[in-house]
Amino acid sequence: MSESTSASNRTLAVSGQPGNGIRIGNGRMLDRKNRLRIYNRSFRIVCVASAVFVCLILLSILFFMFRTGILTFRSVPASTFFFSTNWDPENESYGAFLFIFGTVALTALTLAISVPISLFVAVFLSEAAPRWLSNALRPVLDLLVGIPSVVYGFLGLTILIPLLRDITGRQLTDGLLAAAIVLSIMVLPTISRISDDAISAVPAKFKDASYALGATRFQTVFRVMLPSARSGILYGIILGMARAIGETMAVVMVVGNTPQLADSLFKPTSVLTSNIVMQIPNVPFDSTWNYALYLMGFLLLVISLLMIVVIRVLQKKGVKA
Amino acid sequence: MNRLKNRIFTITVWTVALCVILFVFALLLLILERGFPSLTWDFLFGLPSEIEEGGGIGPALFNSFYMLFLSMVIAVPLGIAAGIYLAEFAPDNAWIAMVRICVEGLASVPSIIFGLFGIALFVEMFQLGLTILGGAASLAFLNLPVITRVTEEAIRAVPREWRHASFALGATHLQTIRRVLLPASMSAIITGLSLASGRAFGESAVIILTAGVTTSGVMWDFNLLSPGETLAVHLWYVQSEAIVPDAQQISQKSAAVLLFIVLAFNVVFRIPAWVRDFRIRKAA
Repeated sequence: MSESTSASNRTLAVSGQPGNGIRIGNGRMLDRKNRLRIYNRSFRIVCVASAVFVCLILLSILFFMFRTGILTFRSVPASTFFFSTNWDPENESYGAFLFIFGTVALTALTLAISVPISLFVAVFLSEAAPRWLSNALRPVLDLLVGIPSVVYGFLGLTILIPLLRDITGRQLTDGLLAAAIVLSIMVLPTISRISDDAISAVPAKFKDASYALGATRFQTVFRVMLPSARSGILYGIILGMARAIGETMAVVMVVGNTPQLADSLFKPTSVLTSNIVMQIPNVPFDSTWNYALYLMGFLLLVISLLMIVVIRVLQKKGVKA
Repeated sequence: MNRLKNRIFTITVWTVALCVILFVFALLLLILERGFPSLTWDFLFGLPSEIEEGGGIGPALFNSFYMLFLSMVIAVPLGIAAGIYLAEFAPDNAWIAMVRICVEGLASVPSIIFGLFGIALFVEMFQLGLTILGGAASLAFLNLPVITRVTEEAIRAVPREWRHASFALGATHLQTIRRVLLPASMSAIITGLSLASGRAFGESAVIILTAGVTTSGVMWDFNLLSPGETLAVHLWYVQSEAIVPDAQQISQKSAAVLLFIVLAFNVVFRIPAWVRDFRIRKAA
């Protein structure tokens, strides 16, 4: 504080304004009100800066991925990258279609397995099970969400793959089916808990009305509860889908990591994430190979951001309904 | 007919749900059961070996905790401050809606993208190579949006009256946040932090890309610039790439340790929150 402000403080003190200063140490005056104001201001600035920082991270991720990925097109035509199935970077051919196809097929297969099962679990938790049982199971399912993906991958590699080998009698069972089963177990807690919450949130009067009309529990669940909880269930499915698309390590361990188009459930193949993580440690940064991997990452990023937009739209609809 | 359908439906729901839940449980128990009986201190704190049998997981285990700690040191203050801003200061306009979409979008970005970003930033731009520092910072970026959202929701959930009471007593905004809002929302925030740290502890894709698959080979290496393989990465590495003859045992034991620690994170850190909630409920 300079001499002039302490003088103005003294005049304030004389005029009997509230919140007047305390005299500290070597005769300087520090107005309590001002001090608090400074604290409040600077705290606010710190908070604003943090929020801006979070946004900056997303923007710089987008920027870095785009800037590096777009360099692919200097030497590879877009049609080759998106539609060719020939991925052989040593010989300058960069067709990423097989990875894109792998990701799409894997996600579809995962959802086909996990959504029906998750819905059964959700209906069980919200409608069928006695209250003490669902109250005990819910935290446990939440716990399952936090289990590291590499543990699921390890399970798939050491239990599922030998099991599939015994069942099918094939030598190689790494591939889409194994990966889809592992991913289904991973996304199951997410989808079933969110659907469970959505079903539990359906107003009790809907259910009462349905029972009063003489409907059985089966009819009530399928004609009333599930349709009313539709948007919440969809939200859960999209979250599960986002996890399945972005999952890396669990997939890497069971998918086989061979760049060939998966025309069979048991053919070792590769998806966007697994290909990135297996190849990127070995390529120099300034090479078309690396650029192509970044472009694949950028695709993943765009897909996951699109999903957020879909969730937003769904939530808005849910508010209106 | 309807009654029959109803009966079938009820039975199906019970069997499918119970089978699935028991199945997942059996898997987890299997991991713990296969790994724990042969667990020794030598394994937990011993140095890994590339060729011979009997390697430990000491440096990897240490790196896991060290990197988790570093990433939390970066992410917690930033995340909580950003959450407070969104809950308390942010005006309700299009600009802030943009910020919210950014946070939500960042939370849904696949973890491998953070790895690619970490490479571009720390390995390429700052020329650091694969380091603990780069790994921890990338992990922090991964957790930042989660912590921000948890904090925002926790603070919004504090009853309006408490805030009004604090203002009515003449407290400033900062005092209200520090003395009323944060303590009241602490249990929810801690739950969120424990979830985030469990996620960071088990994360492997980011670490492989930004901190590498090797350790410096000595115990208690606090150097920020040494390579930082963590336990989760070690589990993958031993299982898929290593050539040691006892890879199977090492990976079983590592999986058990990893699972146990992550479950412990999820449970132990919530105990204070449970106690707190219980006390508040009792008082109310």
